[in-house]
Amino acid sequence: MYKEIRLSGTGGQGLILAGIILAEAAGVYDGHEVIQTQSYGPEARGGASRAEVIISDDAIDYPKVTSPDVVLVMSQQACDRYGHQVRPGGIVLVDDTNVSSIPSVEGAAVVTLSITEIARHDVGRQVVANVVALGALVGATGVVTPEAMEQAILARVPRGTEELNMKAFNVGLEKGREARARHETT
Amino acid sequence: MESKTKIRLMQGNEACAEGAVAAGLRFFAGYPITPSTEIAEELAAILPKVGGKFIQMEDEIASISAIIGASLTGVKSMTATSGPGFSLKQESIGFAAIAEVPCVIVNVMRVGPSTGVPTAPSQADVMQARWGTHGDHPVVVLCPTSVAETYTLIVEAFNISERWRIPVVFLMDEGIGHMREKVVIPDSGELKIVNRLRPTCKPEDYLPFDADAGDGVVPPMADFGTGYRYHLTGLTHDRTGFPTTKRPEVDALIRRLCSKIDKAKQEVTFVDEVLTEDADIAVFAYGITARAGAKAVRDARALGISAGLLKAKTLWPFPEEHVERIASKVRAIIVPEMNMGQLVREVERASKGKTKVISLTRVDAEPISPDQILTALKEV
Repeated sequence: MYKEIRLSGTGGQGLILAGIILAEAAGVYDGHEVIQTQSYGPEARGGASRAEVIISDDAIDYPKVTSPDVVLVMSQQACDRYGHQVRPGGIVLVDDTNVSSIPSVEGAAVVTLSITEIARHDVGRQVVANVVALGALVGATGVVTPEAMEQAILARVPRGTEELNMKAFNVGLEKGREARARHETT
Repeated sequence: MESKTKIRLMQGNEACAEGAVAAGLRFFAGYPITPSTEIAEELAAILPKVGGKFIQMEDEIASISAIIGASLTGVKSMTATSGPGFSLKQESIGFAAIAEVPCVIVNVMRVGPSTGVPTAPSQADVMQARWGTHGDHPVVVLCPTSVAETYTLIVEAFNISERWRIPVVFLMDEGIGHMREKVVIPDSGELKIVNRLRPTCKPEDYLPFDADAGDGVVPPMADFGTGYRYHLTGLTHDRTGFPTTKRPEVDALIRRLCSKIDKAKQEVTFVDEVLTEDADIAVFAYGITARAGAKAVRDARALGISAGLLKAKTLWPFPEEHVERIASKVRAIIVPEMNMGQLVREVERASKGKTKVISLTRVDAEPISPDQILTALKEV
């Protein structure tokens, strides 16, 4: 297994933390090799924010994502910049709460889900949109096991927010699975 | 120290901080600068918990002065910075070299000169790390290529500085400093820890720079504040520590200081070889660039090109024996660097004309890609 994953959106959406949690799920709990990198500097504040994770069964030589298998886009700007950069056979997961112009990418599955809206209404707090996104990512792609992701989330979130975050993860997981199934039947 | 599990996802800077504490670091003084700041942040949290001290000084010069002072009291000490701060610390690195004060200086390289690009990697300080301070002086420069390696190599940095009483420069780059990788934290028992040799004589008999009281190269070092009173200076000095300009004494001091590197060479040289056994073309790389080099070499093998990688984790003393050995059996050595071509000159010198040496440079604030190296491998 060798998977490149890019999480992209706007600074403040919690995508850097999401990247770290995804990497910990893959590396610490699923036992794969893993590398996580992220955008720094002016880029990371307010503008486009980006976290990247490489998951592999073997040692990973080069740490940068060059041709992602999975792309999460949570803003229009991120979608315009990264939405088309996906490997043939890959998956683009689009948060259509924030993205109105949905890309169509030849050879890749574009799966849409109202991630931020789900966080706001189904979970009750917009701040957990990143954890809903992680759930959706696991549901739609299976890059890590749900058990590993659950443990990784619980190890990182502030004390007292475990229940809220587990709810966000489980709702995301279910919706992600549905969205993927919906995509495959259409 | 907080211990979650043995397997952790760690940032390079975090591994540098935690590895240093595992090596025995108990005093850190620094002034924050991107991309090294996480080292200071981490140590501000960890050191008080292990009975150590963290202090944010008013600037970089004060920071290195503080660690030299702390080390003189017998405490393992370190500072961390990036290019602009590393330039400021140069004079004091020379003081640490002549006064023989063990200390570790971390430079997480970013694009220079001057303030350059704070958030992007570079490898343009490799010559400065060796020759940044004036005068002939001993210094060892280590350069990790992964987060896990950062943890274990910083331990070596402390060991070398303690064993030889020299400043050791730990040269990281923004790529390694900021990326996160899985690290299996070694048990403390698995790490070899070296402490400086201390005098066994009575305080009144102590000659602070008498190497013959040690192994002939490194004098035993007394902790300030324990009754062993001695004079310390950046001027050339005799065995008592007092200044001298007597020609034979000046000569003996400079030669002894510099001889540390020759004596230490074997034990401080860390080089990994990947697929070099049957290689007829080699890549010489270090730091983040060695990662691209490893990928390029494997990709080349898949295309039927017999490529191998020489990964240098010790940059100074330059691993010339390794390079010469490879040079005598390959058609060419490609040297990718994120600078205008600095260590390539050392590779050329060490190759002694036995093979073609090709410089590959990149200075646009992006890491050299595996494809860039692969293209060069195909063209040779």
